[in-house]
Amino acid sequence: MSAPRQDAISGTRPASRRRVRRRDVAMKALAYIVLCIIGLAMGIPLAWMISTSLKDPAQVVVASGKWVPTEQVVSRYGPEFAARVGGREIRGAEIGRSPRGMQLRVLAPARLAGETVTVPVDKARPVERVHLEWRNYVDAWKAIKVDSAFRGLLRNADAFLVFYINSIIVAVSVTLGQVATSSLAAYAFARLRFPGRDKLFLGYLATLMVPGVITMIPVYILLSRLHLTDSYWALILPAMFSAYGTFMLRQFFLSLPRELEDAALIDGASLFGIYWNVIMPLSKPALAALTTFVFLHSWNDFMWPLIVIDSLNLKTLPIGLAHFQGPYLTEWNLLMAASVIVMVPVLIVFIAGQRYFVRGIILSGLKA
Amino acid sequence: MTRRSPSEPEAALPSNAGRRDSGASNIGPSRPPRRRWRRYLSSYAFLAPNFLGFLVFTLLPVAAAFVLSFTEWDILSRPRFLGLHNFDQLLLFHREGSRLVPNDPSFWKYLWNTVFLMFGIPLSVLGSLFCALLLNQRLRGVVFFRTLFFLPAICSAVAVTLLWKWMFQEDYGLLNTWLRDIGIAHPPRWLVTTAWAKPAFIIMSLWMTIGGYNCILYLAGLQNIPTELYEAADMDGANAWHKLRYVTWPLLSPTTFFIVTMAIISGFQGGFIAAYMMTGGGPAGATTTIMLYIYQNAFQWFQMGYAAAIACVLFALIFGFTLVNWRLSQRMVHYQ
Repeated sequence: MSAPRQDAISGTRPASRRRVRRRDVAMKALAYIVLCIIGLAMGIPLAWMISTSLKDPAQVVVASGKWVPTEQVVSRYGPEFAARVGGREIRGAEIGRSPRGMQLRVLAPARLAGETVTVPVDKARPVERVHLEWRNYVDAWKAIKVDSAFRGLLRNADAFLVFYINSIIVAVSVTLGQVATSSLAAYAFARLRFPGRDKLFLGYLATLMVPGVITMIPVYILLSRLHLTDSYWALILPAMFSAYGTFMLRQFFLSLPRELEDAALIDGASLFGIYWNVIMPLSKPALAALTTFVFLHSWNDFMWPLIVIDSLNLKTLPIGLAHFQGPYLTEWNLLMAASVIVMVPVLIVFIAGQRYFVRGIILSGLKA
Repeated sequence: MTRRSPSEPEAALPSNAGRRDSGASNIGPSRPPRRRWRRYLSSYAFLAPNFLGFLVFTLLPVAAAFVLSFTEWDILSRPRFLGLHNFDQLLLFHREGSRLVPNDPSFWKYLWNTVFLMFGIPLSVLGSLFCALLLNQRLRGVVFFRTLFFLPAICSAVAVTLLWKWMFQEDYGLLNTWLRDIGIAHPPRWLVTTAWAKPAFIIMSLWMTIGGYNCILYLAGLQNIPTELYEAADMDGANAWHKLRYVTWPLLSPTTFFIVTMAIISGFQGGFIAAYMMTGGGPAGATTTIMLYIYQNAFQWFQMGYAAAIACVLFALIFGFTLVNWRLSQRMVHYQ
């Protein structure tokens, strides 16, 4: 909401202006505090995911609430402990135990180095240092082996590499296909006149309301009749045509000025020439929005790949991760590492295309 | 593509240029019919790729789903026509002793689960509005917070559900570690008890949705409200609450309507990934939603006909609720 502007309008007394300003500062501080609280609520689970993914298996359970994974320092002589002896802080390596306590070979301070002291076991604190188990990522990546779907290429490859390749193939094809078919159809709906246009468009609009669950089963049966299930085609074909993309682009095309097209017509351009050289360049924002939208949707899609794909080497990342969960259920550090592996590219796409993405949400949500 | 020949009268252009819905390239009634049909053909060529896909993967399947719902079919053998039997089985009750028992008790139970999970929608919508109001302040660093709030919505849902499975883990999960730290000796055993599994699902979906798409939609709505309205309210001595209640909220009502409609539509189809990944629908079916039930029927038990019947019922429910929502909105939504 806009800041109170009484002072500017009616020239109120300085005292009340100061009060207003003080209240403004207080409101701002409050807003920051609330933003930080919500930000923490959003960020903590993600941070904990990264933290878990960097712990060694023993720490995952024992120190589950700890944020920065650590390990005990082990010196040449044995694991290191710190303790207070006679009011002085010492650090030493455990060299044995006796009934009176833990025997430490002193490492610091240097004045006492090499001497042996005995401290009660409950007074000795292990000396720890930060230890990030990056190997988890390697282990998760290499955990499953599979022959890729390309005969002869990538035999016995790391499964996550194959999942990545599959996801990229599917998401890129779906995005290109959907942007191409939708923009062509949207151009026809927005600019050309032909019999049945408005009725057809109404049909498109109506199916926007049909939930995906209704078409899922017949499309699966159709694909299985055509022997296309368990192939890239099953993932790509049905997702390439969308009423939604057509609708969104049509609305955008309608908002474009016609003068350029008319000029191109006078210059003798073909319809396709106008579509390609005039409409498409002018529609970059909408196309970028649709692209990010479709790409992310395809990348994260779970249920459809789960239904149509059986072979391990055709799985995309989300269902690959679900497959990974099976045998590694208890190893949370590996599971979290795998989850981070799956998330990273999406985060990069999002942060790079954030502007377009936000615009895409707005284009799709508000009546144009 | 046909080229416009130089001999064609260009005088037709200016009259077209001003009209929004007529094609710039269309041909007036004076054109010879053959040419017109060539124009139409090229229009259909633009439409064809999308329309064919749309026909094969949307229109026909919708029709097929209705036909399927009257059959029994395991894909392998021939389909058997059952008439209304699937719907009988799904929706009707029979007498068992003195009381009425549903023919398919699972369906009603899973429908209730689905509806229960939708109780999170009002919280989620209000939460999104609250976030949007905060993010709409002119504060430094607000873009950072917007990105942070949005992150959960963008992350792969499978990865997010795995993360929350670990958050909710009864012994070592972060939530219970904290609850024990603040002195609750026996924190809820989230995902393994019937009482807590559904609330756990709601908590997770709140985390995923509050700062996400809806928040961005609200933010866009807020930025569309003319500042003069607030200035006028200031002149009238309105306080912050008045401005929110009598300016912001009514002017955001189209956005709210859109968000609630979409949330209901996806709510009825929701809970699949969470149930599949976190609980397998358990404990004792407490987290099985209609969507998971359809999946099980179709792709685990190969009862395509029955699954299609459930999908049709779900469609009818969604349609009905959207209609009611739309009727209500006629009275409550305020367009500028």
